[in-house]
Amino acid sequence: MVDKRVLGLMALLVGCAALYLLLGTRGNWEFALSLRVPRLIGLILVGVSVAVSTVLFQTITRNQILTPSIMGFDALYILIVSIGVFVLGGVGFATLSDVMRFGINLVALVGVAVILFGTLLGQARQDIMRMILTGIILGLFFRSLSSLLMRLTDPNEYTYVQAYSYARFNRFEDSLLTISALLLGLCLIAVWRLRLHLDVMALGYEAAVNLGLNMRRDQIIGLCLVAVMVAVATALVGPVAFLGLLVVSLTRSLIADDRHAILLPCSALVSCVVLVSGQTLLERVLGLVTPLTVIIDLVGGTVFLWLIYRKIPA
Amino acid sequence: MICVKNVSFAIGQQAILDDINVDIPKGGVVALIGPNGAGKSTLLSLISRLTPVQTGQVFVDELRIGKCDNTALARRLAILPQHNSFSSRLTVRDLIGFGRFPHNRGRPTAQDHSMISDAIDLFHLGPLAHRFLESLSGGQRQKACVAMTYVQDTDYLLLDEPLNNLDIAAARGLMQVLRRMAQRDQKTIVIVLHDINFAAAYADHLIVMKAGRIIAQGAPHDLISQKLLHDVFETDAPVHLVEGVPVVLP
Repeated sequence: MVDKRVLGLMALLVGCAALYLLLGTRGNWEFALSLRVPRLIGLILVGVSVAVSTVLFQTITRNQILTPSIMGFDALYILIVSIGVFVLGGVGFATLSDVMRFGINLVALVGVAVILFGTLLGQARQDIMRMILTGIILGLFFRSLSSLLMRLTDPNEYTYVQAYSYARFNRFEDSLLTISALLLGLCLIAVWRLRLHLDVMALGYEAAVNLGLNMRRDQIIGLCLVAVMVAVATALVGPVAFLGLLVVSLTRSLIADDRHAILLPCSALVSCVVLVSGQTLLERVLGLVTPLTVIIDLVGGTVFLWLIYRKIPA
Repeated sequence: MICVKNVSFAIGQQAILDDINVDIPKGGVVALIGPNGAGKSTLLSLISRLTPVQTGQVFVDELRIGKCDNTALARRLAILPQHNSFSSRLTVRDLIGFGRFPHNRGRPTAQDHSMISDAIDLFHLGPLAHRFLESLSGGQRQKACVAMTYVQDTDYLLLDEPLNNLDIAAARGLMQVLRRMAQRDQKTIVIVLHDINFAAAYADHLIVMKAGRIIAQGAPHDLISQKLLHDVFETDAPVHLVEGVPVVLP
């Protein structure tokens, strides 16, 4: 039996996807679809990774205004690009195969996540706060390193760094899509098996330990899954700072149900609907005048401020 | 029986517990009392595995804390921590339902549902069952949390200062429920209390701590005296017997 809200959102996503594929097609259908189908798959992969990783991260940190980007993931991605351009030169970096770039990204992001979890292995209670602070400091460190490298880089080469530093939703490589879909599929199976534990984790450290959860194990599994999903999303489109926060907050206010069996699929679907409909609007109606990220960050930033403002007692 | 053997605990250089040895027998209400900073809460959190044991051993029956399976322990021992902060939106019934998690791993059966309904009746939570926790008062939320540990249906229940923020009626109500659980269901209730009068009135056995050591234990009637208050709490409060129960005048 599938929840009605999940079914409704699924129908909405199918509608959005159909609109994206079919709106404004002229001439050769096959050609149009061969361009649009991979892009649609890419958007859905990104939407699901970002939403699920954000829900997971918020449950583990027990904080509903956090996203994985606070752990310095986005900054690390830009640092990797900067190092790549600095070492290989802009053209050299651009000619690197996508799978290669993806692999480097994945290893670096998961590696840093594991280092961060090293701080988790200390004491039981303040861990998460310590980890988040470590993440913020690492983020700052990565950003400073990137800007140092950018100063050392030829200004012409620097444009390559810029090109990769903004999320781009307009092109997806087929080879990357396959790997991403595979990795994301494995992550989703693992997350789904963890969903009942996640409900208990949301009760807090003491309550979860009382109910017999092995907190350290579940937290580390959860954070590793977050790292892989963030790597998938950034490898496909680059850093998407506010998308996760935006769609998860939207979902929470829409469904008002914190059970992960509902929250996870609904967030993933809302995220896909936002991405696919946003991209449809931009491509077909606005004619690609602004990148989708600019709009997402603008709306997401506003939601973030509103969330913080709402928490401040009047 | 809960066995604490040679347990010491330190935070940095600061010793909190100093070579504690104590056996807490099965059945009855056992109260841990002592001045602020005596190490009562630390001892309780070591027994309840919220804090990892540094030196020494803690056993709950045959289960060794830190070595045994967490779920097996969760079916034997429940904790009511000092602060509960739930980040998810939960109704009272949802929260109580989580108490069955160690038994059903999140997949409730018909028997679980009937146990939850029984607990709601027992704790008079019927009118609140579908209210969200954040809309309840501190005392009502506390009651819901106790109901959750009740449905967890464990032999041992550990409570850390559960009377904080409760008015006299709620505090007495909670202590009466705990007494009934100890008597009728043969449960072992270990409770950290600040108010010696509550400990004297409701506990079968007192364990007195000071500066990380256990300095006395026994029945309230034999233990509570002006001398004990002077030695342990360093205050000269008069103690009177009222209906056979020692009462400390503030």
